[in-house]
Amino acid sequence: MLAIGTAYIFALFKINLNKPMAHNVAEMRPGEVGIVAGFTDEHLSVKLMEMGCLPGSAIRFNFSAPFGDPVCISVSGYELSLRLEEAATISILN
Amino acid sequence: MTASSRPKIALVGNPNSGKSSLFNYLTGLNQKIGNFPGVTVEKKSGLTTLGDGSTAEIIDLPGIYSIYPRSLDERIVAEILLDHHAPTSPDKIVVIVDGTNLKRGFLLLTQIIDLGLPTILAMNMMDLAAKAGMSYDFVELSKKLGIPVVPINARNGIGLDELKKQLTKTIPLPQEPVFTIWKEAEAPVLAIRERLGVDNNYEAYQFLEQPQSLKFLSTPNQEVVQSIRKRFEFFPGKFQGAETIQRYSFIQDLLNAITLKVSDNTWKKNSSYIDRILLHRVGGYLIFFGILFLIFQAIFAWATVPMDFIDGFFADVSKYLAATLPRGVLSSLLAEGIIPGIGGIMIFVPQIAILFAFIAVLEETGYMARVVFLMDKIMRKFGLNGKSVVPLISGVACAIPAIMATRTIDNWKERTITILVTPLMSCSARLPVFTILIALIVPDQKAFGFFNLQGLALMGMYLLGFVAAILSAWVMKLLIRVKERSYLIMELPTYRIPKWSNVGYTILEKTKAFVLEAGKIIIAISVILWVLASYGPGDSIDRARELVLEENQNARLTEQGLEDRIAAFKLEHSYAGRIGKAIEPLIKPLGYDWKIGIALITSFAAREVFVGTMATIYSIGSVNEDDAATIKDRMRAEVNPVTGGPRFTPAVGFSLLVFYTFAMQCMSTLAVVYRETRGWKWPMIQLAYMTVLAYVSAFIVYQLLA
Repeated sequence: MLAIGTAYIFALFKINLNKPMAHNVAEMRPGEVGIVAGFTDEHLSVKLMEMGCLPGSAIRFNFSAPFGDPVCISVSGYELSLRLEEAATISILN
Repeated sequence: MTASSRPKIALVGNPNSGKSSLFNYLTGLNQKIGNFPGVTVEKKSGLTTLGDGSTAEIIDLPGIYSIYPRSLDERIVAEILLDHHAPTSPDKIVVIVDGTNLKRGFLLLTQIIDLGLPTILAMNMMDLAAKAGMSYDFVELSKKLGIPVVPINARNGIGLDELKKQLTKTIPLPQEPVFTIWKEAEAPVLAIRERLGVDNNYEAYQFLEQPQSLKFLSTPNQEVVQSIRKRFEFFPGKFQGAETIQRYSFIQDLLNAITLKVSDNTWKKNSSYIDRILLHRVGGYLIFFGILFLIFQAIFAWATVPMDFIDGFFADVSKYLAATLPRGVLSSLLAEGIIPGIGGIMIFVPQIAILFAFIAVLEETGYMARVVFLMDKIMRKFGLNGKSVVPLISGVACAIPAIMATRTIDNWKERTITILVTPLMSCSARLPVFTILIALIVPDQKAFGFFNLQGLALMGMYLLGFVAAILSAWVMKLLIRVKERSYLIMELPTYRIPKWSNVGYTILEKTKAFVLEAGKIIIAISVILWVLASYGPGDSIDRARELVLEENQNARLTEQGLEDRIAAFKLEHSYAGRIGKAIEPLIKPLGYDWKIGIALITSFAAREVFVGTMATIYSIGSVNEDDAATIKDRMRAEVNPVTGGPRFTPAVGFSLLVFYTFAMQCMSTLAVVYRETRGWKWPMIQLAYMTVLAYVSAFIVYQLLA
């Protein structure tokens, strides 16, 4: 009974214990919001920052392309498209 | 005022900041495309009248996000801005930023200011910013940056008078640079300034940071920079991230000081609703293919009316000149070489104009970036990039503008592969060849009641070209090995209603580029071919009439019939005919004889010349009486002397179709590839692989069907 109740509450609030918390943008789900913590790739980080993706700014995962890659994010008021491997270099706090 | 004393004003800004609207508004139809000396890339410039009545040259530079280049387009801007001593160096710079979101535009702005060129800031889209509830203190902004600031709206021209007025004044250079160069870099910067006479710290710093953008320096000077870099152990790229962060922290302080009111909606809403439909996993592709279908429909169906008109017009001019001018070499050259050559270029103008009308609209609305987004994953599997889609689509009209459109692809390998495979897309010059061959070998019947077999065959040829392009790209992906990483960090711009005058200017610009680029070469080759086809060794050409009369003593020929036979006789004994006969052993395995050989050679000016050559060689009079039916009937009646059957069997016809699909029979394309890749290596590789592909495929097709 308790198990069913818990499952119901989890489902109600869309809590998924199997899915770990997102550590980078590639792991985020559509609509999820996080804060840019840093970058794991120095070369790409400059390009990302030039495009408006700055440490400390809020970042939202909007949606992914039909085959799951690339993905569309919103950051600093800009909408950017990134490939998954590039999204994976952006670490986030949430 | 002479051209040299005219002030040069460069427009710099992010992509989608409204830079081209501003350029079009300032220059109107006074635009021209030339080349930057040194860099082999086109320069878009135009004249405008400033506030005090003087004229200035406005230069439109490609849109960039930062002074550190990644794609070819961006490198051009870096090279022009770094080379202060060149005569082409701009006197003043207008940096245009998107007023609805200043951060990123300001990053570029602070870099430009630090380069030490007189700069004006134009804040664009202030109407949209106001609508979103934002407002800024321009006086404070101008004071903090130390440069003039002008709010404008480039879509309807508001604020341009003020901008023009500011451009007549002397612009003060800000005293303090935004970015303070690191302690470690001070010594090498000083060394560069002393050795090369660079007059600004940040410019000298860029010399150290950008070894790849210093093509304007002489080789000894480049070595000086290299040795300084070595002596002080300066590694390019090491401080870029830190520099960007320092600039953004300055910008954040600046924004805090000048923002009077911030907008309240954080995430853009409108675009996401449209994106939900246009980027749907099924619907998105259906819409995209629907748009593609519409474009092809337009290119092939709607363009035929103006094309027929142009074709008829040049045929008439040619005929008229031949009839009125006194007979002679020059009038023959004019009527049979140059005029048809120009006609051969002009006939493609409607298709190219229509294609670029569509592409410009798709780009203006912001949809093109979504196409890149949709196609990237698929294209990447074949060694291409989402951005390769535009060149490949354009290739259906003409490979020349298509190859020029590859400049936006940042990754060198993906760009090169796109350039190499684009000519496999069936361009409009192949269409006349396909049409006549298909009419010859495919019965005009319906399959399953409603599919026209000839139509299916034509569609099959286009598909074949596309499949060949994709597969060749995949093979090249495996063959070309580079370390450079591929990425797709791209902006998805907000959807907008297109500005129709911008669409018009794009059509004009692309068509002009095509006419000039292809035009030079097609005319040159037309003249060469005319010489090859009109002259021959020995005196058989001069005695053509005599010899034909002798041969046909017993035949009762009409005047027209006689002239036709003379023309065919001349062609057979000309240099072109000799070459055709010389290559006959080579093309025999493909099922061709020397007459087809001549057509293959003349096709090098433009593929559609095949039809004209066929008409002459099968002596049905001048091409201009062009009933395709007569050419077709003649070709059908042609007998293969070896078999006694018809010359154009299905085997020969399909072999020719395949050959024309794959072969690189376009000098203009090779010339453009040479220019875009800055060398002969890639055009030669392209010529070689396409010729081999064409030959081998045609051989297999012929041997299988024969």
